[in-house]
Amino acid sequence: MDVFATALPALGQAWALILQPEVLGYLVLGVVMGLAVGVFPGLGGIAGLSLLLPFMFGMDPVLGLALMVGMVAVVPTSDTFASVLMGIPGSSASQATVLDGFPLAKKGQAARALSAAFTSSLFGGLVGAAFLTLFIIVARPLVLAFGLPEMLMISVLGLSMVAVLAGRVALKGLAAAGLGMLIGTIGEADAGGSLRMATYDIPYLTDGLKLVIVGLGIFAVPEIISLLRQDRSIAKDAKLGAGWGEGVRDWVANKWLSVRCSLIGVLVGVIPGLGGSVVDWIAYGHAVQTTKDKSNFGKGEIRGVIGPESSNNAKEGGGLVPTLLFGIPGSGSMAIFIGAIALLGSGDIEVGPSMLRDNLDITYSIVWLLALANVVGTIMCIAASGGIARLTTIRFTYLAPFLFMLISFAAFQSGQNFEDILALFTIGLIGIFLRRFDWSRPAFLIGFVLSNPVEKFSNQAFQIASFRFRKSFEEGIDYIFSPIVIVLLIVTVISVVLGLRQAKSIMAEGDVKSGSKRAPVVFLLVIMAYVVAALINANMIPDYNMTDKIIPLVIGGVTLLALLILLVQMILRPETDALFADKELAGEDADAPYGLWPTLAWFGGLIVATYFLGFILALLGFLVAFLRVRAQASWPKTLILTASGIALMCVMAGALNRDFPPGLLQGFVDLPWPLK
Amino acid sequence: MTIKQLATSVAAAAFLASPALAEVDFSGKTIEWVIPFSETGGSAKWANFFAPLLSKELPGNPTVVVKFMPGAGSTKGANWFQEQEYDDGTLIFGTSGSTQFPFLLDDPRVRYEYSDWVPVMASGTGGVAYLNPEDGAKFDGSANNLKDIDFIYGSQGATRLDLVPLLAWEMLGMNVEPVFGIKGRGDGRLMFERGEATIDYQTSSSYLGASADLVAQGKAVPMMSWGALDDEGNIVRDPTFPDMPTFKEVCEATDGCETSGEAWDAWKAFFVAGFPVQKIAFLPNGTPDDVAQAYTDAFDAVRKSPDFPAIAAKHVGKYEVFVGAGAARATKEGTTVSPEAKAFVINWLQEAYGVSLN
Repeated sequence: MDVFATALPALGQAWALILQPEVLGYLVLGVVMGLAVGVFPGLGGIAGLSLLLPFMFGMDPVLGLALMVGMVAVVPTSDTFASVLMGIPGSSASQATVLDGFPLAKKGQAARALSAAFTSSLFGGLVGAAFLTLFIIVARPLVLAFGLPEMLMISVLGLSMVAVLAGRVALKGLAAAGLGMLIGTIGEADAGGSLRMATYDIPYLTDGLKLVIVGLGIFAVPEIISLLRQDRSIAKDAKLGAGWGEGVRDWVANKWLSVRCSLIGVLVGVIPGLGGSVVDWIAYGHAVQTTKDKSNFGKGEIRGVIGPESSNNAKEGGGLVPTLLFGIPGSGSMAIFIGAIALLGSGDIEVGPSMLRDNLDITYSIVWLLALANVVGTIMCIAASGGIARLTTIRFTYLAPFLFMLISFAAFQSGQNFEDILALFTIGLIGIFLRRFDWSRPAFLIGFVLSNPVEKFSNQAFQIASFRFRKSFEEGIDYIFSPIVIVLLIVTVISVVLGLRQAKSIMAEGDVKSGSKRAPVVFLLVIMAYVVAALINANMIPDYNMTDKIIPLVIGGVTLLALLILLVQMILRPETDALFADKELAGEDADAPYGLWPTLAWFGGLIVATYFLGFILALLGFLVAFLRVRAQASWPKTLILTASGIALMCVMAGALNRDFPPGLLQGFVDLPWPLK
Repeated sequence: MTIKQLATSVAAAAFLASPALAEVDFSGKTIEWVIPFSETGGSAKWANFFAPLLSKELPGNPTVVVKFMPGAGSTKGANWFQEQEYDDGTLIFGTSGSTQFPFLLDDPRVRYEYSDWVPVMASGTGGVAYLNPEDGAKFDGSANNLKDIDFIYGSQGATRLDLVPLLAWEMLGMNVEPVFGIKGRGDGRLMFERGEATIDYQTSSSYLGASADLVAQGKAVPMMSWGALDDEGNIVRDPTFPDMPTFKEVCEATDGCETSGEAWDAWKAFFVAGFPVQKIAFLPNGTPDDVAQAYTDAFDAVRKSPDFPAIAAKHVGKYEVFVGAGAARATKEGTTVSPEAKAFVINWLQEAYGVSLN
């Protein structure tokens, strides 16, 4: 029990360190800054932490940690605002929240969804911290037990959630996931460096597409366009129903779901190399599978919010384990965190194996600062949620231009290329059609997110396994079929079987009517053309780079097969079959006063103008034109709104020390910031 | 002539006409230090470490901010920097071995030319290779007993810094199979700790931070350091690891390994680019001498401040920080290879790993 003999005093010291007024003050400051950064989609903790870095040099370690942890901890809490209110996945941690959170907002229950989400976040954060306090001292061997085959299996388990989210036609879900995976392979292969669907002449493509852009394109763009076409408020009839108290009661009614999802969050967060991208999907899948009446998922089921939100804050705690114990960052913000810790004080705190031995009190301080930051952040968020939820009652035409502004800026921040915005538009277009024809967008996104881990881990595990097999057969088998792998395999199989049985009742896009064959078939053929092109392209990679071609070939092959079967079914079945779901035939989109293309043209116009004039000048023209022409606002209103929009952009970019996309104009004339 | 060029030449003329005005002063200005990598990498750490120190020493104490421009394995940022002209001295650019290797290997994405830029500071690191305990027991200062063993190594890619260890092990006659596609050396170490990889290397600071712990627990056996460069450009023992043999010593002790000839020259050229001259800070093409001198003086003051060795040891190791002429010489060494060495490496990459950069 000497473990506890050292742990308990360290825990006491940690609390003594934390419970100083100054430390708590810095923590609150960090939380406030984190909330401010986190409510903007796509920026997240990395931008915020980079901002703090210059101040960390030589700072008192506990104060610096309080500031940084405060900021990191609340980003997955505050990004829920964007997910629930606008349907914009604020970060990879809140993608699954969009699925049910946004429909709730559309029903006028935004405050309920938000407070349920925040309560879950808070609880997840606390469970995470409590669990870590015990777990962190014995975590090392467990983390080391997760080798490549185990990580591959976790990725496959994540992928199996496609079965739950596939929608009414399972094959369409499968094909959507396959397409997502193929799009995830675009760029330079990790293993051999071969180019897939990319060329060195377009350097942008060699890096592949960023998750932020794909998440925004697949979820946010289609929703913004659809709501804008309908010219209404997000909450139907601009009425707010349930208040924040109800959300808290919802959480109480589902507390055990929250406990389980929190534990899923910590445990998956602990495994280095996976990061947070799968956690919320696994939690969402779990929430679906443990709910008796599944008919509400995708249409505003509160359990679909509580599950992922409980897991994503718990995951932050779990992510501390690889970060602190191994010095291996579990995420981008953790990488900066490690760098910043080295700058603190006299630089004595060294993240890595020595952390537990030499700095157990600091380790515990970090864990409990994280928990405390969650408490502070959640209280602030719940307090704000009632007011902010009113955004959903505003006529959407007044919100949309600012959302276009925000998502363009967020997309640009991911790589600082003009192509980032172009990619957002292209992926947005894919998202619009996936939505229209009822191809599962979550399945597409899961495919995209897990494309890289699945490819990387299967290649590496294969290579090491064949090395072991060369030594002896038993060694190879022991390596591939470890107990953890077998357990994960069983869980995966169960989840696929259950998922397929349940998928039909979960209609993420609502009940979409069918009617005509032509448009759905054309869309299918377009996807098929891309898949065939990707297959031919992958096949051209020379055989000695088998690692770079095998996954695109296999995934592309499976996807193509699914598409071919769908095509045959489409030829054989009548027009009224669910296969031919098309939102333009009946329902909100079909009845919308505005067409798709004229609406999309506004967004396109902003991008084209940015190409010529740079972002801020383009934005100026876009906002004025949009508000005057589309929203029919009066001149004073137009000017005030435009000025506030541009001021917001400038303050945000200025504070975070970010640039705006330059245009051709900026190549000829030197303009002062923010115009440059 | 654009307005900018006009302004520049007017300013230049003014400088020439009145030397009294030549005093460089950055008061109230913001210096942007652009790093062609993401916020999370080693170069970000490096620039963030130096930025506040530089701010303190530059005339006028400007704010120094680090900006990130990742993409295309850092070639995107370097290509961008190539197009920047000297404006007012508020732009610095930091490169690392990952920027130098594509340049040395004729990567088709490279549109930059190191000799156009003005180096003001260069710093380096070292590296240590280590083995699993079982095979480590067979290591006797030479690799003679390691030749019949199959090793596995977690690698970021043969054209990255990993080129240096992979080529070294190959020259020693060892059979090391790289598992490509890991994201950083930390992942490689984890793979080694899990027993999936059986050989590993880390840069000096990561070795001290984590791998030395494994050695202390008997879970790893150090094999060799890559060494360091002395003033004449010879490879000597790494000052951070004075008790550890260098690759050169191990190679000399190993049958069939030569410390001369094209393989050795190629290894040494890429070693220099990847380790002793790993990170360089540049001013853009056309920077006037007085501005370059101001930066050189500032970095010189940084490295000479009394507490610098202590804090630097934690961040950049006990390695020399070159400034001014020293940085220029180091840059030249780190960014030139003989055509023979280049041809050897390109050919070896193609034959051993099927990697070609076209």
